[in-house]
Amino acid sequence: MKIIVCVKQVPDTSGKVAVNPDGTLNRASMQTITNPDDMNAVEAALKLKDATGCKVTVVTMGPPPAAGMLREALAMGADEAVLVSAREFGGSDTYATSQILAAAIDTIGVEKDDIVMCGRQAIDGDTAQVGPQIAEKLGLPQITYAADITKDGDTVTVKRMLEDGYMTIKTQTPCLITCIKELNEPRYMSIGGIYATYNKPLETFDYEKLKDHKLIDATTIGLKGSPTNIFKSFTPPQKGVGVMLEGDGKETCEKLAGILIDKHII
Amino acid sequence: MDFALTKEQELIRKLSAQFAETELEPLAAEIDDTHVFPMDSFKKMAALGFTGIGVPKEYGGVGGGSMDEVIAVEEFAKKCMASAATLSIHLITPHILTALGTEAQKKKYLPRLTKGGEVAAFALTEPGAGSDAAGVKTTAVYDADTNSYILNGTKCFITGGSRASVLIVFAMTAPEKGTRGISAFIVEKDFPGFSVGKIENKMGLRGSETAELIFEDCRVPAENVVGKLGQGFKIAMQALDSARIGTGAQGLGIAEGAIDLSVKYMNKRVQFGKPIAALQGLQWYIADMATKTEAAKWMVYHAAYLHDIGKPFSMEAAMCKLNAAENARFVTNLALQIHGGYGYMHDYPLERMYRDAKITEIYEGTSEIHKVVISRAILGK
Repeated sequence: MKIIVCVKQVPDTSGKVAVNPDGTLNRASMQTITNPDDMNAVEAALKLKDATGCKVTVVTMGPPPAAGMLREALAMGADEAVLVSAREFGGSDTYATSQILAAAIDTIGVEKDDIVMCGRQAIDGDTAQVGPQIAEKLGLPQITYAADITKDGDTVTVKRMLEDGYMTIKTQTPCLITCIKELNEPRYMSIGGIYATYNKPLETFDYEKLKDHKLIDATTIGLKGSPTNIFKSFTPPQKGVGVMLEGDGKETCEKLAGILIDKHII
Repeated sequence: MDFALTKEQELIRKLSAQFAETELEPLAAEIDDTHVFPMDSFKKMAALGFTGIGVPKEYGGVGGGSMDEVIAVEEFAKKCMASAATLSIHLITPHILTALGTEAQKKKYLPRLTKGGEVAAFALTEPGAGSDAAGVKTTAVYDADTNSYILNGTKCFITGGSRASVLIVFAMTAPEKGTRGISAFIVEKDFPGFSVGKIENKMGLRGSETAELIFEDCRVPAENVVGKLGQGFKIAMQALDSARIGTGAQGLGIAEGAIDLSVKYMNKRVQFGKPIAALQGLQWYIADMATKTEAAKWMVYHAAYLHDIGKPFSMEAAMCKLNAAENARFVTNLALQIHGGYGYMHDYPLERMYRDAKITEIYEGTSEIHKVVISRAILGK
């Protein structure tokens, strides 16, 4: 049994978001983190590893520095990693990305007892599309918004957290699950894990490696194969400082009412 | 020549910083007030492998060396000096046992002190033996009938002493031989005749319990002698050489933490219609603080590097500790000054850091003792 976890390196939005003059994100000038929901997926996989001894493989598509993020997942306890990286893959939207990741996951191999895990969505795009699209392209049953996962033989039971309540679903492996932050608290790396991480296998899947896969051709990958393109991205201007009125007398209330009337709020 | 950390060390810094921010910083003010050793934090450190740094895997450690320890202690000290000291001083004992313990001692004690999450303490200081460590009065008398030593005496100012389950205790086995009559023993807290006395009420480092330890006919099996009989003083001095690098890392970290807070405060605090970061007088403070701290950093790193590559490092360890300690006081003082009245308030971390920084000039050898060590090394006397 193995678990393949998809992770994404995203800008650290707790710092300042930098935007290029053309509207795209200036990724080079920003700190990066592993997408938070993906950390929950890694933790879910590692918990299953703790319980069953299964293998955990982390996969990402991104530029070469994304290997650093994979090393961190290996230092948390994952067994091996795959970096999917090529110029041809650059500029992919969710459709093209899921196409490439599905090809990579299929190349790693999804067997009867395996699970693919993803975070629900990435904090840079917020689409929540890539996980479900990978499942579609690989023909796997998918369960999204997992807040609890149990596995018994080849049956996986997942409690989904929805806006208005919970839904419990059972399915058979192989399957794909997308994880949310309520699922668990991601563990730290460990010192021992850090010493081990650079001795664990990290393979790069470049264009050559994947180009003959049935899901990959120029019309389905990269900027050209992406049905959507980013028109513009920007940091919204900050709201100005509010006005504070002090006092509890009639005069203050009238002043407040006056301001609200002026702004056509009342 | 290469000043870069290894890729692994970069990750150790990242992990240590995350751990310090998430687990240690939220408790720093509380343990300073309650004066209680952070046992939960210590167990978390153990679970992640921090307490196993420098101890081989076969004995429950994680391997690694002095530089890795420095990084962890430095990052911890930025947020909580008491926790940094707890780790740094704990590690002295497993490192002594790794270097000098018998195979049986290593197998018995090291797994407990590394992944086992038990605290260790190093008991050398006595009421009459501070800087003059050779003035140890605690005695250990051999009892042939039971093949054990009977310890009598009192140790004081022992960091973590009240929480330790395993201690290395220095006692006179042959008082007539002076320093060559001191031996080192492994004492467990449950040995009959061992008890914890007063927990000191300190100016700073209050989240780390400093205890008096009392030995009244405390029976220690002969198999618990560390190294050879009469080698205790040498063992203590060698252990302190390494420990001084850790104390240097504490001083370095607390200075860096104080600079971080000062930079944030200077950019936020507005006086005379502008952030105080625009005032040249304070800009020069920051320039001095950062420059001296940069120098302290590389002295600490260099001593750790020498230790890790197996070169002599005694003088460099003394220099880095002396300098980092003086700098910690210098920097926390200016940082408090930058914070003005707020800095003096107990509700703000600078007040605690200022008190905590002072200990680095006193423990693991005072600044004056370090000058003795350094001048002897230079003058060859």
